[in-house]
Amino acid sequence: MERPAWAPRSIDISVPSVSRIYDYYLGGSHNFEVDREAARKAMGFMPGLPKIMQANRAFMRRAVRYAADEGITQFLDIGSGIPTFGNVHEVAQAAVPGARVVYVDHDPVAVAHSQAVLAGNEDADVAAADLRRPEEILASPQLERLIDLNRPVALLLVAILHFVEDADDPYGAVAELGKALAPGSLLILTHASYEGIPLPAERAAGAVDVYKDIRNPLIMRSREEIARFFEGYDMVEPGLVPMPLWRPDTAPEDEDPYAFSGFAGVGRTA
Amino acid sequence: MIAEPDGPEDRLRRLTTIWSRAVFPVTSTSLTRVEFEEQLLPLARRLSELLRARSYDADAAKAVGAALVGAHCTDPEALARTLDCIDAYLVLYCGEDGPQDELRMRSSRLQHAMAAGYAQALRERTLAEQEAIAQAALQAQGVVAQALHASEARFRAVFEGAAIGIGIADLDGNVLQVNEALLRMFGLTEQALRGRRVQDWVHPEDAPQTWRLYDELVRGEREHYHVEKAFNRTDGTVLWTNLTVSLLRDADGTPQYQLALMEDTTERRLLNLRLRYEATHDALTGLPNRSLFFERLEKALNAGEGQRFGLCYLDLDGFKTVNDSLGHAAGDRLLVEVADRLQSCATAPGEMVARLGGDEFVALTTGPGTERTVDELAERIMNALVTPISIDGRDLMVRGSLGIVEGPAGERTAAEVLRSADITMYRAKSAGGNRSELADPEADARAITRHGLTTALPTALERGEFFIEYQPLVHLGDGSVRGAEALVRWLHPQHGVLGPDRFIPLAEHTGLIVPLGRWVLEESIRQARAWRERYGPQTAAGPLRINVNLSPCQLSHPGLVQDTIDILERSGVTPDALCLEVTESALIGADDDLLKPLRRLSEMGVDIALDDFGTGYSNLANLRRLPVSILKLDRSFTQGMQQFPADPVDLKIVEGIVSLAHSLDLAVTVEGVETGAQAEQLRILGCDTAQGWYYARPGPPERLHDLALVDATG
Repeated sequence: MERPAWAPRSIDISVPSVSRIYDYYLGGSHNFEVDREAARKAMGFMPGLPKIMQANRAFMRRAVRYAADEGITQFLDIGSGIPTFGNVHEVAQAAVPGARVVYVDHDPVAVAHSQAVLAGNEDADVAAADLRRPEEILASPQLERLIDLNRPVALLLVAILHFVEDADDPYGAVAELGKALAPGSLLILTHASYEGIPLPAERAAGAVDVYKDIRNPLIMRSREEIARFFEGYDMVEPGLVPMPLWRPDTAPEDEDPYAFSGFAGVGRTA
Repeated sequence: MIAEPDGPEDRLRRLTTIWSRAVFPVTSTSLTRVEFEEQLLPLARRLSELLRARSYDADAAKAVGAALVGAHCTDPEALARTLDCIDAYLVLYCGEDGPQDELRMRSSRLQHAMAAGYAQALRERTLAEQEAIAQAALQAQGVVAQALHASEARFRAVFEGAAIGIGIADLDGNVLQVNEALLRMFGLTEQALRGRRVQDWVHPEDAPQTWRLYDELVRGEREHYHVEKAFNRTDGTVLWTNLTVSLLRDADGTPQYQLALMEDTTERRLLNLRLRYEATHDALTGLPNRSLFFERLEKALNAGEGQRFGLCYLDLDGFKTVNDSLGHAAGDRLLVEVADRLQSCATAPGEMVARLGGDEFVALTTGPGTERTVDELAERIMNALVTPISIDGRDLMVRGSLGIVEGPAGERTAAEVLRSADITMYRAKSAGGNRSELADPEADARAITRHGLTTALPTALERGEFFIEYQPLVHLGDGSVRGAEALVRWLHPQHGVLGPDRFIPLAEHTGLIVPLGRWVLEESIRQARAWRERYGPQTAAGPLRINVNLSPCQLSHPGLVQDTIDILERSGVTPDALCLEVTESALIGADDDLLKPLRRLSEMGVDIALDDFGTGYSNLANLRRLPVSILKLDRSFTQGMQQFPADPVDLKIVEGIVSLAHSLDLAVTVEGVETGAQAEQLRILGCDTAQGWYYARPGPPERLHDLALVDATG
């Protein structure tokens, strides 16, 4: 078997992984002590971190349903992490039976776990690839098999772009993926930001430093910088907003204050 | 189902709302609270039933607790809030009218069972997820391990199958692993090669830096090096390799191994050596060729202070005759024999013999004492040629001309040295051959100038660098100017004004004399016409004439007569205004064919003068045959008359010649008249006309005008 180009030389589970930390925030046990230690440390600075993750999940769920309502039946979720519950394929396939979903992650453990979860699901698959090399994503056999790029696709970049440093050209990567999308496709995106966090920025920076320490730096971007990812897209109402404000099902005032950290938006390709 | 206000269903819903509000903030579900409440409703209904059921059902209550985990209420706080809520409100909202004590007891027991069910489900879920993630990690590691294995297998295949030799040794030089190709190169088994030490492979032909580079590498001061290196094989043959050695470091950067990549270049090297030999040696004689000789000569000339060189340049005399008469095969055998003999002359260190081409050979000696050794070398070479060479049963005498150049290193270039040797060799050859000559800077310079002038001649004519000066011819009887001799000059851009003796022989040699002579003739005739227009066609004593020299080459040129006629006609000048001067030597042994054009010109009325009369082997009897009307007496006869009294022998000779000439109806002109006494003497002896510095040096045509005026007034 060929060693995939993305695969690390070895897998070191003594190093924390952002997708397993994310799972821990969401109350899962798909994680190891190193992950939990890092998560607890970050939560020491920002106790509401799990609420942010939950808001991300809730937004994603609404956005996938919105996409399904718009007639979209193909979903490409990049940075999908460890599938726990309420995953894109569950939401999408519940809304549109036979909806096709391709997950992409560069964490080999997340990929292996996804494979296990998706075993037997003909319409969903996972590709091991990195957002920083969009051409590898577009050329992956899973995408080839499940997704017809001549028809609209919902491209999900939920809680992933804030892990791509400027040096790795996240805007270029998003633009390259966007070029591959047929008209009527949707870009569904959330991004961390100091804006909206109900804490002084110095305190939030403590949590950001935890990610720096585990060599997965968290890049906080301003609303303006995040809006640039949507260049060339028509923003779907209500535009780029804090997550709970994007087409809420319930009164946003019931939401935890942490849920308003960062931004979410959906854009449509012309 | 529409709940009746404050009916059982409405009360159940109110309980569920309170429950969901309490628990929702500590769940991690992605559902909305309303959706979450819908999930709790069946659980609340079940609890309500269990509360009022006749018998206590612990398992059913456990199932409700487990269902909480299924709704992603994995935070134990969710259980605490659930139990608080059940404890406070279950009996209140769902107890209906049952006995309060029993209902409270039942609620309490249900809570205990729910807690147990929750804990069990959470434990199972946690274990299952832990198992799943561990499996995933293992799976991922397996993928990597497999990939690693595959990649190792590939690298091993590369290592084993590579055409170049690969070997790994530790930093002490112990060989650890080698591949097939390397074993083949060395002709050894793996057992024989392993355990050897790199340092054992010292070879006499190792470049000086080889082992210094090795030491630097194993000390970690160098990442790699590249050398050409020879190895002795056990069968006694030599393996030549292109060797690249790299330092391998571990992950921390500590040097660990040395990796050698070697390519067998033995055959390529042999081929290169052969090609190099062929490129630097003469195929016929096996001697070094021109290019190798130049290489060595340049090396000798670039040698340090105190070093000298000596060069013998040999050209066989008459080799062409051997080739022409005995054939090229014989010529080649002769050259091979000469080469062998020369080779034996230059056997000392620093000496070499080479064939430059044809029958030209060079011998070189170097070192501090070449002033002596070059003479000895030359002598050996000349002696080597003394013994006849036997070809096809004939003994051939071989002679050669040798040019010798000797000098200190660092002063001249190889090309300059070789040119000097070539010039010197030609000097030996023109001195009769079979001799050696030592280079002489002045002779070199002359030859070089001559060469320069020869190559510059054609363009000089095109650029109009030639001009003509005129020296008057004066009648000795009355002192009147009768004409002038045209003398061509070359205004050379570097060398200034050059006389005909400097370039006419070169022009004759290259054939340029024909166009140059025609130009002189045209110019002179044009001048003659100018004079005629000025002074009239005739002076008192006859036509004003222009004398033009004809070289032997022009004399035999087929266009001579026609060219002369054309030029005269074009200028409208009558033939009697022209006198062509031909040297006596040019006419010695002349046959009728050569004389025919002169006769034609003479018949037309052109005067022919015999120049330099008395310097050749004059056949006086021959004078009759020649179409000549004037003798020009060489200046050597008149030099003796410059003093007073004149040399009586000279007087007698001149008197005799004049008398002879006049009896043959020839006029006599004397050259080189420098004094009045001389002129007077010659007049007395009966000479007709004279020229010389006494009258005028050669000059521009205007000067003749002045003289003519002086003549008229004087």
